[in-house]
Parts: sequence; C-alpha cells; structure tokens
Amino acid sequence: MKVLIKSGRVIDPANSIDEKLDILILDGKIAELAPNLDAGDTEVINAAGLLVTPGLIDMHVHLRDPGLEYKEDIITGTRAAAAGGVTSVACMPNTSPVNDNLAITQYIINKAKEQGSANVYPIGCITKGLKGEILSEMGTLKEGGCVAFSDDGLPVKDGEMMRRALEYASTFDAPIISHAEDLSLVAGGCMNEGPVSTELGLKGIPWVAEDATTARDIMLAELTGAKLHIAHVSTKGSVELVRQAKGRGVRLTCEAAPHHFILTDEAVRGYNTNAKMNPPLRSAADVAAVRAGLSNGTIDAIATDHAPHHYDEKNVEFAIAMNGVVGLETLLPLTLRLVGEKILSLSQAIALITCRPAGILGIDRGTLSVGAVADITLINPNKEWLVEPDKLLSKSKNTAFAGQLMRGCAMKTLLAGKEVYSKS
Amino acid sequence: MAAEKIEILDTEGINRALTRIAHEILEKNKGVEDLVLVGIRTGGDYLAAQLQQKISEIEGQIVPLGTIDITMYRDDLGSRNDLAVGQTDIRFPVTDRCVVLIDDVLFTGRTIRAALDAVIDLGRPRNIQLAILIDRGHRELPIRPDYIGRNLPTSRNEQIEVEFDPQHHAQAVSLIRT
Amino acid sequence: MTFNPKHILGIKELTAEELIFILDTAESFKEINSREIKKVPTLRGKTIINLFFEASTRTRTSFEIAGKRLSADTVNIAAAASSVVKGETLEDTAKNIAAMHPDIIVMRHGASGACNYLAERLNCSVVNAGDGTHEHPSQALLDAFTIRQHKGRIDGLTVAIVGDITHSRVVRSNIYCLVKLGAKVRIAGPRTMLPPGLELLGCELCSNIEDAVRDADCVMMLRIQRERQGATLIPSVREYARFFGLNEERLKLAKPDAIVLHPGPMNRGVEISSAVADGPQNVILDQVENGVAVRMALLYLVAGGEKLQAD
Repeated sequence: MKVLIKSGRVIDPANSIDEKLDILILDGKIAELAPNLDAGDTEVINAAGLLVTPGLIDMHVHLRDPGLEYKEDIITGTRAAAAGGVTSVACMPNTSPVNDNLAITQYIINKAKEQGSANVYPIGCITKGLKGEILSEMGTLKEGGCVAFSDDGLPVKDGEMMRRALEYASTFDAPIISHAEDLSLVAGGCMNEGPVSTELGLKGIPWVAEDATTARDIMLAELTGAKLHIAHVSTKGSVELVRQAKGRGVRLTCEAAPHHFILTDEAVRGYNTNAKMNPPLRSAADVAAVRAGLSNGTIDAIATDHAPHHYDEKNVEFAIAMNGVVGLETLLPLTLRLVGEKILSLSQAIALITCRPAGILGIDRGTLSVGAVADITLINPNKEWLVEPDKLLSKSKNTAFAGQLMRGCAMKTLLAGKEVYSKS
Repeated sequence: MAAEKIEILDTEGINRALTRIAHEILEKNKGVEDLVLVGIRTGGDYLAAQLQQKISEIEGQIVPLGTIDITMYRDDLGSRNDLAVGQTDIRFPVTDRCVVLIDDVLFTGRTIRAALDAVIDLGRPRNIQLAILIDRGHRELPIRPDYIGRNLPTSRNEQIEVEFDPQHHAQAVSLIRT
Repeated sequence: MTFNPKHILGIKELTAEELIFILDTAESFKEINSREIKKVPTLRGKTIINLFFEASTRTRTSFEIAGKRLSADTVNIAAAASSVVKGETLEDTAKNIAAMHPDIIVMRHGASGACNYLAERLNCSVVNAGDGTHEHPSQALLDAFTIRQHKGRIDGLTVAIVGDITHSRVVRSNIYCLVKLGAKVRIAGPRTMLPPGLELLGCELCSNIEDAVRDADCVMMLRIQRERQGATLIPSVREYARFFGLNEERLKLAKPDAIVLHPGPMNRGVEISSAVADGPQNVILDQVENGVAVRMALLYLVAGGEKLQAD
C-alpha cells in the first residue's frame, strides 16, 4: 500500500526539518521524504497549504476504561484523540480496577489495537491499588507494555515509598510520573487560593501544596538518580524548582497542560465547574511562568490531562464537582496559540507534542524519519472553529473552552499510514 | 405633535376651592371633633397640609394630619416597573375617627380603593370621606368623592397636571392634550 | 430609579444606588412591624418557599415573618444537602420544588455559589439567605440599615469587623455593601482566619483588634464557630477571647458613641463579653428587628415589576 502526501510544509523537529516536502508512505512506514516526488499510481493526499507533522502525542490522558466507561472508553477516547490530531496517548492507571496488574495492561493494549483509533501506551500504578502502600510489579508491567508509572490523581504521600518507587522503576529504566500534591496542604480546597477564592468563598488550594511535593520528588530523583517526570506543572514555584534541578543535572522532565497556560483562576467565576481541575487553574503570574517554562525549555511536553467526567458529575455545586476537563480535541489549537503569541516557534510547539513526550516515554513515535511508523497529522493552522461541547467526540463534554473560538485543527490524521480521521 | 397645555385653575382658583372644601368638611362633620386628615402620597399629602392650615384658620384648631402611601396596596405589582415605596406616616389612631382622605386627582378610583384598604388596616374609623381637587371621571370602581374642587370632564388620553411650589403649595392645575 | 431584580444573589452585583433603594424600601416597610395589624396585602397570592439546607432559626424565621407580613404564603422546607453524587442532586431537589410553582425560593445552602446555581436553572426568583462562605446579602443590608438608623448615614463612617473572616459570608457581603455606601471598613482576626486578597475588596486589614476598633463608629463582631477551636485555626476559644474578643476596655478605643453589631447567635465570653453584649452601645436586637423590614423589601422587589422570563 502506497500513499503520497504532496506539497505540505513538513515539520519534523526531531530531524530539524521545516520545508516543503512530499512524503511517501509504504506499508505504513515512511519510505521517502523529498521535494516533488513522482506520484505515479499511488494514492495522493494533497497537503498544499497544510502543515505535515508527526502524529501528535499526548502523554497524559484518562481513558477511563476499564470500569468508568460512562465517562469515556478506549474507543471514544482514541476517536477524540484522532480528531485532535493525536495518534498516541499514554493513559493513566486510575481506572476501575486500576492498572496495577498485567491483566488490565493487556486488556487496554488489546482493546486499543483492535478497536482504537490511536496508539495507546498504558501507564501502570506506582503502588498497588493506588494506595501508596505496596509497590506494583513494575518489571512485569513494563514487560507487558506499560511505559511509565504513576499514581496520578493521587500523590505518593509517603516519602520513603516514593524514594523506593524511583529506585525500583530505574531498575527497569521506566520513568516515574509524579502527581505532585501535598494533600495535607490542599486541606479540602477546591480551587486556587487567592483573591478569586476569597471572593467566591471557595476553599483555596495554596501553590505550596504543589511546590512542596514537587521539591520533595525532585530531591528524591536527585538522591536516587532515577528518571522523574512531573505531571501537570501549574505553579511559578514548580517551574522554578524544575529549572534549578535541571541546572544541577537531575534526570528530570515535566509537562504542562493547555488549561494551565491559557486560563487563570478567573475562569472559575460564576462557579463554573468546567474550570475545576487538579491542579487548579492558577494566577496570571503562574500562567506567565508556565509559558516562560515552555519557551525556555524547562517544560518538556504539553499534555492535556484529558479527564472526562459525566455531565452529572459536573452539574453540581462547585465544591463537590469532580476535578478535570477533556482536552484531546483542543490540544492542537491551544498549543498553536502560543506560536501565535510568539512564545514558541512552530517547531518548538510541535516538538512539545511529538518528539519530546516520545523521548520521555521512550516510545518509537513522534518523528517523520525514514523507516518510522507513518503516524502523521495534517494541520490547517489557520482554520477557525468554535468549541461546541455537543460536537466533541469524547464521550464527556466537560471542556473548559466551551463557546470559545479556536484557531488551527487537524485536517487528517494517519495512524501507520491509515486514515483514522478526516475533517469533513 | 406638540403637547397642548391648558390651565384649568390658577393659584387663586385652587385656594378658593380648598377654602370651600375646608368649610364643607367642617359643616358636614359639625366642627373638628374626631376629625383627622390623611393625604395620599404624593400630591394629596401636600393638599392635606394646605387644608389643615385652612381649617385651623377657620376653626382655630389644628386637626391631626397624616400621610399614606398606597404602593403596598396596589393591584398592579407585576406590571409596573417603578417599585419605589413611600412611607406611611400616621401618628394617631384612626379607630373611631372621621378620616378625610385627600388626593389631588380622582380618575379610575383604584388609588382610593387602595387607600381605603390601607386606612382600614390601621384601625376601624367611624367613617371615611374623600376630598378631591379635580375629579376627571372615568371611574372603574364604585367610588364617589364627598368634596370636589372642580369637576373636569376629560378624555382618557388627556392628562391632569398639578404643580406645586417648593413649599408644596399647589400653584396650578393644567390639562395636557397630546 | 427603576430597580426590580429577578434574584438577590449577592451584594457584589448591586450598585450603591440600588442598595440605597433597598434600604429606603425597607424603611417604608418597617412601619408595618409596629402596627397592631402587622400585615399588608402586597404579595397576596404569591408563594414563597424557604429552602434551608442548613439549620437556621433566625434567618429562616425572619424571612418567614417577612413573607407573611406581606400576605404571601410561606412554606419552610428543611432539606439535606447531597454529598458528592449520592442522593438527590441540588438541581433535582430544586426542580421538584419549582414544579409546585413558587414565586420565590429563599435558599440557604452550605455550598458557595449554590444560589447562583439555582438561579441559572429555575424560572422563579431566588433570594440568597446565605450560601457557604460566599454571601449573605440580607444580613449585610440589615446591618447597613441598622447603622444608618443609628448614625444617620453610612458614607464616611469607619466600621471594624472582627472575627473568622475566611469562613464568613456575612463579612463578604458586608464589605461589598459598606464600601459601596462609602464607609471605611477595617478587618481584624487571627491570621489563620484572614483569606488572601481580602484587601482587594476595598477594606483595610489590621493586625490586631485594637487597631481595627480605634476610633471606629461601628464595631461588628462575628460569631466564632466553636467547632473551629482546637483545629488548625485557633488553639482555644479562651485564647481567642483574650486576643480578639470585644470587651469594655477595647470598646473604649472606639468613638464614645460607637455602636456594636453582631449577626448572631452570640458566643458570650468568646467574641463578645456579656458586658458589651448587654451594654448601651449594642444594637443587636435592632438588627434582628430591622431584618424583617429588610427582608420584606427584598421579597417585594423580586416579586414586583415585569421580569424577563428565562427559557
């Protein structure tokens, strides 16, 4: 099977490519990149005026499958991914039951292979049952296909446990993804602590709840020499902690979510439960720091923390609403917004959602090198569209961007050379 | 089309009408015993004060004077947008008194209906009488004034304007045609 | 001016002119409370449901009497708030009640924003009788009314508010109300009870009660929830009383004619000494009395006028 992508602007940050090239795909792999390839009898995709990038990678997604399929499942979640131009997702283990054993890992991998529209890379639990008490069988899980370990949604409270988890995971060269949150400092808070929480009379979560655990985990990484990745960095302090640690040579990476570099806690006004997430939307100074961190390379990846929740779980009083928003279908335009605002170059932006997360997870995706699997996204960076929750492909409609105008979208998404999404 | 304003009563005319009403009140009630005046806000309260003055000039006695705001008794809560409520200020019991209600213009009678309810909520007067400066007709309720300054047949789309000076003395009554 | 709000959810959304209009309206309704027959027909045929998810004797009774004095039919419902997604949701509870066609729902709820939530989902008017630690507009209005009654004005006065500011809906509403009406508001309390960014609401923060009370025209003491003692906010009510309680000595720092307010119920010997609570400067019972008039005004204003019907 042959496909030729013609006349697109190819951006492949891993290979420092940004030029008008044609791409020939043969049997699901990239066979050739060159200007003006001869079409011959191959199927041609006209990419004139479009960006051609590696398929996007979202390293922080909750697919909710198994067990919480009323929110999302592997089929709908990967469909939403494909519509967002995302060809690979790493899914968090806080399903029901949780992904702390081979059976669940294999269920996810098999279901994704058979029925999914994107590559799914499971992330296994750090501790059994996410309870923070006993290490999960990371060796077995890694062998079975898990690419990293995290108790995401919950922090590993105990310092000794986190230390041993880092050490143990390093045995198998798997990164630990830290959900850095000191629950004793969260103390029942439900939004960022600051003037807005004071005004709304909602209990605040201080920045130190994130920074304290970020600092601890960075120091544990420094102590153990293990690979640490900090999930959803949202505060000025955390960005600074990461920057300093990297300067000291700690093996450390981190990610930021689009809502944390686009929105501030002002979005909560009106008790908008679709502006409730964890970590919470922060202050303008935090947003500026996250943007600066993306710009100067302190932050290694953009990941959505796609967290689908049923309407009923959001249609309640703010304090008892579930944390999280869907993000797969808005990842691309929100990332491109930073290009429009001159915070990132186009190539930097694409790297943050392709080769850099691939590198963190150690997966062979995120480039357009010859011989690579042909996961490719064709992007119209200027197409404007309105976020209409009902039209999202995710099973849940809890977007923080309802009614907002987006600029940029995937026109076609190819998974191993096969079209999994095409914009109508 | 510009509004046409026709003066019906000047200051003197109003004065004469109020003097006559004061005499009629005293005649009908055989003096000032148990007599109280209650003016309906706003307009009627000013005229009531003028009547109190006239009665005192004639009889040498000051009759109790109160003002009543009928907003809480209106029947159009859901259809009017000006919801300001004035104060009712009646510092004497009305039970067993002869209450003279005073208003400037009598039209549909709905204001008087509300005022009757308002007074009755304050006690049980021996009787309630009604004094009006201008009766312009178009009654929608069976209400009839006891004292009238001037009967003035009008059409529904005309307006009656009573002007007061800064001391709240009635200066002129005009008919406005649009 | 024309002011016929569909809902009363908070003071924040109201202008100074509107606040004064409410106070003036309350002034007119106050007269009814001293009549022999304490009833006017203003809201005849209107149904008011007092939907209380938190126990409250004072506020509920005050709203109930206010409604009854206006001839409305008032019904009280004590409801249990749902936890997370167990039991009936607030929306379902509210819609069930709305199906009985009340004209006004007066709601108290433990969650901040619960009244906004209700107003977005129902067609009837919603009056906030206290939502979480957000707002308690009728309390702030009756406080302002009482201050105006005793001081003749609000503009230019200095009002000290002392207590657990973080957990007080009364404070938020009072700060908005008093600042809009031109008063200088000083806030004091232990640091554990002062939320961040409070000064952005237009008040001044004092580090101790003395600085707050000094030369004040009005001193408002807030109730300390006894259940907070021994937790992380204050070590004991004893220590609280020692450093933040209003006693006669501290009250002497205020202007000689200063008045003392308290939203009730009082903890004698904790935030307020009995000598002050019973002293000549306290206006606490005036607050309760004025509460009825203020609530009559609020019910009247949301019931009156042509309201735009929400879809």
